[in-house]
Amino acid sequence: MSLLHIPKVSAGQRDRPALAQPVLSEAFAETAWDAAVLGFVLASLPAGQRPVLWVQDRLSRKETGGPSLAGMRMTRPLIMVSLSRAADLLWAMEEGLRCQALGAVIGEIWGDPAALDFTATKRLALRSEAVAVPCWLIRRAASPNLSAARDRWRIAACPSAQHPQDALAPGAPRWAVDLFRSRQSKPGAWIATYDRAADRVDLVAATGDRTLDAADGAARQRATG
Amino acid sequence: MVLARAAQHGPVVHATNRVARLAGVMPGSRVVDMRAICPDMQVAYADQAADRAALDRLVLWARRWCPWTVRDGDDGIILDTTGADHLLGGEAAMLIEMETQLSLLGLTSRLAVAPTWGAAWALARYGSVRAICAADQVAVKLGALPVTGLRLDGQTVLLLRRLGLKTIGALIDVPRLSLTRRFARAALAANPVLRLDQALGNLAEPVSSVDAAPRFVVQTRLAEPIFDPTPYLPALCADLCDLLHQAGQGCRRLYLTIYRTDGDVSHLDVATSAPSRDPVHLHSLFRDRLDRINPGFGFDLISLEAGDPAQMQGIQTNLTGGSDDDLHLSQLLDRLTARFGDRAVTRPILRASHIPERAEACLPALATPPALMPVPANERPIRLLDHPEEIRVLYAVPEGPPAQFQWRRQTHRVVRYNGPERIAPEWWKDRPGTRLRDYFKVEDQAGRRLWLYREGLHEDGRDGDPRWFVHGMFA
Repeated sequence: MSLLHIPKVSAGQRDRPALAQPVLSEAFAETAWDAAVLGFVLASLPAGQRPVLWVQDRLSRKETGGPSLAGMRMTRPLIMVSLSRAADLLWAMEEGLRCQALGAVIGEIWGDPAALDFTATKRLALRSEAVAVPCWLIRRAASPNLSAARDRWRIAACPSAQHPQDALAPGAPRWAVDLFRSRQSKPGAWIATYDRAADRVDLVAATGDRTLDAADGAARQRATG
Repeated sequence: MVLARAAQHGPVVHATNRVARLAGVMPGSRVVDMRAICPDMQVAYADQAADRAALDRLVLWARRWCPWTVRDGDDGIILDTTGADHLLGGEAAMLIEMETQLSLLGLTSRLAVAPTWGAAWALARYGSVRAICAADQVAVKLGALPVTGLRLDGQTVLLLRRLGLKTIGALIDVPRLSLTRRFARAALAANPVLRLDQALGNLAEPVSSVDAAPRFVVQTRLAEPIFDPTPYLPALCADLCDLLHQAGQGCRRLYLTIYRTDGDVSHLDVATSAPSRDPVHLHSLFRDRLDRINPGFGFDLISLEAGDPAQMQGIQTNLTGGSDDDLHLSQLLDRLTARFGDRAVTRPILRASHIPERAEACLPALATPPALMPVPANERPIRLLDHPEEIRVLYAVPEGPPAQFQWRRQTHRVVRYNGPERIAPEWWKDRPGTRLRDYFKVEDQAGRRLWLYREGLHEDGRDGDPRWFVHGMFA
């Protein structure tokens, strides 16, 4: 009977996901307009001063706006490409992944275009690994269908940490991240926080205290309300 | 009609047409004064930089008559026609030919031939029409002209007038010793002795001709009309890069011109972010763009020209011969811009403004970004909507953000908030009546963080009750 035993975790997989790897990762936004997914993606980019190529399609731009340089506090240069067709967007990302001078390639795609099939993601994944530049696909209003992405995340906003000075104010952001498919590590769900000073993403296991978190702020309703 | 230019005390007349000159309008005098003389005078501002550029082009155009030409001030061209006049049938015939050609361009000209630069300058402006002056007649011909013909500044001309020296002849007659004593330390433009020596040929004033920028063009003539230029492009690019390499130059632009058999011409141009002479890279910029050419009945001549040539040294960046990151990046920007256009590929930069939508600007990716960018002082959202979206307030509170609001058909309950941060309109840019904004960072029941603002205040006397908008999202 031991032949039928299929291990849940294959031999090479790690327990914790390693961020900032030069692979293709997909991040699905729980709410289409929410910026939590961007916060997590930006936090997990490798440090450095190499420029970032940011490719955005027209619908993402219209529905969720453009990346704001002032809010991202990014010291490295940013190259924006705004396109309307998904095929062009994938071409631009592939072209960017030929270039070793980039720090990362980020693409934002709205919905499930026909051009973004398994072959397209496989091309991106192979390119990204060949040139050792991390590549992120940010998917909004999309369904997690067939893809060759090495890591697939589902990311939602989470009530923020307590503000050190003001109990009524939102503090440091926290994100509920769910790694639901991965080639290199065990899938799992975590609460992620970002430590800017150390440039480190901390993953804390989400062990059932999410309900407690949700009530956290509600108890402090304003007296004026 | 006069052209004006800005001066220290208001506009002055830069140039006039014939009618205005006859009415008594003098170049160099104030426009307001001249309007008193001639009330129905029309004034337009002169574009002096463009005039100078046009004159520079005319200098090169004038090379058809002689090889040495140079621009002289803002309103003249000097041609060194020594040994060139007999080709045009003598000096008189040459002047007529020049005047005809210039008038075909729509230009009025006053021409003169003289042995020296200074003498030609004076004769062209103050001498007879198409004056010709032989080498032994310079002193005689110049003698009758006013001293303004010596290229002196206004102060010196005034001084000479007060001394009673009205013509160049009178100046020649003054003993040289006393003139030298008077103007020993004066600069060239204020020194009549040196100017006189230049005009009479005692002091050399050579014509240093400017070189035209070299053109880099390669062509392919085809034996019979074809429809697809793709197979010929690699060879053309390689030839052009050879030419550029020999001249030590690289190009920022490429113009592909295709001459069709039916006489039509189509153009295609691409740009690069850094000077380049790499044939493979330049060829790759044309990829996918050649299908925009309408071949018609085929074409028989393809020409490829390099634009914006710039000095480019072959520099080895490191000893191992590894790849150069900057080069790779600029080539990526070239490829993206060539395919999607200038407006799609941009480089966002920060600007000094408190209004969030003005704090950011987009430069074309091929432009060089500024070295120093302002750092925002306060916390800003990671995402900014292009147009703020109005929300419906369900449950307002007297101060702070609404406790409940509806945005994009969803109800959000504000659990925690931070603010307000008041941003006043920029009075030097905004229209009067623009309302101030109070920004709040709010967190809703699901932990999503939004950036709301209230436009205006209650009872601020501007445009009714304040309205609420969503402007961005925090991480």
